[in-house]
Amino acid sequence: MPSNVRPLADAPLSGTWSCPLPLRDYPTIVIGHGGGGQLGNELVEHLFKPAFSNDALDRMADSTVLALPPGRIAYSTDSFVVRPLEFPGGSIGALAVNGTVNDLAMSGARPLYLSAGFILEEGLPMAVLGRIVTDMAAAAREAGVRIVTGDTKVVERGHGDGCYINTSGLGVIADGIDIAPQRAEVGDVVLVSGTIGDHGMAIMSVREGLEFDTTIVSDCASLASLVADMLAVTPDIHVLRDPTRGGLASSLNEIAAASGVGIVIRESALPVLPQVASACEILGMDPVFVANEGKLLAIVPPQHAMDMLAAMRAHPRGANAAIIGEVTASHPGMLVARTAIGAQRVIAMQLGEQLPRIC
Amino acid sequence: MKYLAEFRDGDIAQKLAADIRAITTRPWAIMEVCGGQTHSILRNGIDQLLPPEVELIHGPGCPVCVTPLDMIDKALAIAALPGVIFTSFGDMLRVPGSEKDLFRVKSEGGDVRIVYSPLDAVQIARENPAKQVVFFGIGFETTAPANAMAVHLAKREGLGNFSMLVSHVLVPPAIDAIMSAPGNRVQAFLAAGHVCSVMGFWQYPPLATRHAVPIVITGFEPLDVLEGIRRTVQCLETADYRVDNAYARVVTFDGNAPAQALLAEVFTVTDRAWRGIGVIPASGWRLSDAYADYDAEHRFDVGAIRTVESALCRAGEVLQGSIKPSQCEAFGTQCTPRTPLGATMVSSEGACAAYFNYGRFHTLERATVG
Amino acid sequence: MCLAVPGQIVDIFEAHGTRMAKLDFGGIQKQVCLAYLPDAVVGDYAIVHVGFAISRIDEASAQETLRQFRELGILEEELGEATPEQYAAPHGESCDVVAP
Repeated sequence: MPSNVRPLADAPLSGTWSCPLPLRDYPTIVIGHGGGGQLGNELVEHLFKPAFSNDALDRMADSTVLALPPGRIAYSTDSFVVRPLEFPGGSIGALAVNGTVNDLAMSGARPLYLSAGFILEEGLPMAVLGRIVTDMAAAAREAGVRIVTGDTKVVERGHGDGCYINTSGLGVIADGIDIAPQRAEVGDVVLVSGTIGDHGMAIMSVREGLEFDTTIVSDCASLASLVADMLAVTPDIHVLRDPTRGGLASSLNEIAAASGVGIVIRESALPVLPQVASACEILGMDPVFVANEGKLLAIVPPQHAMDMLAAMRAHPRGANAAIIGEVTASHPGMLVARTAIGAQRVIAMQLGEQLPRIC
Repeated sequence: MKYLAEFRDGDIAQKLAADIRAITTRPWAIMEVCGGQTHSILRNGIDQLLPPEVELIHGPGCPVCVTPLDMIDKALAIAALPGVIFTSFGDMLRVPGSEKDLFRVKSEGGDVRIVYSPLDAVQIARENPAKQVVFFGIGFETTAPANAMAVHLAKREGLGNFSMLVSHVLVPPAIDAIMSAPGNRVQAFLAAGHVCSVMGFWQYPPLATRHAVPIVITGFEPLDVLEGIRRTVQCLETADYRVDNAYARVVTFDGNAPAQALLAEVFTVTDRAWRGIGVIPASGWRLSDAYADYDAEHRFDVGAIRTVESALCRAGEVLQGSIKPSQCEAFGTQCTPRTPLGATMVSSEGACAAYFNYGRFHTLERATVG
Repeated sequence: MCLAVPGQIVDIFEAHGTRMAKLDFGGIQKQVCLAYLPDAVVGDYAIVHVGFAISRIDEASAQETLRQFRELGILEEELGEATPEQYAAPHGESCDVVAP
């Protein structure tokens, strides 16, 4: 670690973040933080580097040089915009790390490295940015990835929602693993790793005009170690998907279309927290369309289903895992649900964001 | 949730359906007036449990579907004005006007906000005294007390920056119009339980008698809907044209007196155009003269509104039960949820969107399920 | 037309000169206008639409309806009529729902 970097013990990672000098001189982000001058350097030296510190990042070269273990490379990028920036159970920082980590994990990769690009709005409180960066560092540590390169730009006030983050990630896929949305086969079993709709309803509970009091917190979490445990059961997992925006319904529709198969789920088997179910009732929403940030769908050959379920339930991120349905030859490209009263309904993709309704 | 879970029991649903099959001897066409019931029927697959003789016709009880085009265009014009915060229930954001929808207006710079309650719009007005806050007051009798209270509070507090674009519609005149229409196929009604929770059901016995139709006040959970259908078929089979209350835990004959009192103060009955159907006399509410200052139609001069309704769209016939969505030539081709020609393709409870999304072409379904 | 859900009144108060309440909806709490239910008390259940309690739920009536539902099944079985299973929706894998 270069001598000009503060030791990790004093860095934002040490619990609740308090703004280190000299960042304290600027309680909010100003345009200069995005320039190439001293202010920008201070942000890097006193915020990003202490939080994310690792050998690759600390070299501060124009590009980071990485040695990758053998295997195929998984590569993914995602941009994160969320309001509010901090919400029950997480923040945009935790989302930005876990989102890309999970995208890598969904192809069976072991996530290794992330980049982080920040677009900050003038006026963003330094303390908020500090907490976001702290969350990113904690999420990266838990997921076992390193943030090895980054960038910061500042836009004028009114041109952003405080903070946007883009992350890209690299991971390595071991031989013998071939997980893809095209691989669902007739007879396969569909599992979900836990309760659905938690993240979307946590965000909804603090959205202006819709607020309600609840104990619902976002499920925002890394799924990398859960996937590692699942791959230990069998490398022959056909499909993994984290049902983020558009929820479980969109992911299963996409898989049905990509694989040219039908998918049938049992509504009564879907794990939904009672509070999430209640919030959906009030707002006229359907939990199958509500976003998740720490759940996965797995489609596996039937002979592995029970072992897979057991392995998922043994992991803290899969404690409420359930078998929810199966892949069928009938109605290819469509998702069908068995309803609680023993009938069926087609669950189609939503056009856009699910809106609260009164009727 | 208490009072919901008990009324979703799958075993009892099967028993109710079995009873309906047992008592049905010939074809019956029953209209569920309320879009909320349409939603429940399609969401749960209730129609699949019914005998093939029982046909459900999805009625006009969806404010999103029946709010007239010129009112949507007025809303779009007001929402686009500088200095206006336009507030609405989420339902109305994707409803197509002649040229665009509220989402488009928002993308073009209009300050359009979704609220859960009209009181949230009043609160926005309190917090933004320099802005004009407009609430899109749509809905049936269930929603009217909330909208009435919002206007009432604004007046009481002297919130001069609050106004409402009112497009309220009423159920009994719609039932009357449907039954009086030439070629009507409807033989019985499931009346909307939540409308009746406000209004009671004292308005219905004359309608039932005049048109010789049973009217059964019905709730929204699967067991409520099935019980409503069961009682309706019972009445039809015995030619018993009465009003029956199958939602007694919520609905009383007289309804909610304090709500009706404020409605009478804030609103006045008016002729109202229903999108796709046309003007139905005395079928809506507008703000009463005492509240005219809070009427957004008076406050904002948006010029002459020239509406252009699709020539292909047959939503009106769908809403009246004279055709099924799939019988419209544009259905699923020119008209889809992505490119809706009429509001019935927009609302999640609109009959056309429901048919499209849930893929329920009844003829095919009957062939395999019935 | 009207999405309304049952909740239990847990607190009654006044805001902006209007009777308001906090209702619990299965673990979610939300503020609701109670002006239209002047007699409602804490512990009552009410039906709520767009932030307004519009009707009190009659517990006795709800129980009576559920009792009748249950009786319906018992009677059928006593009369030796069809069991529910015979009327169950088909669970085969045939495609009985059709894509647009």
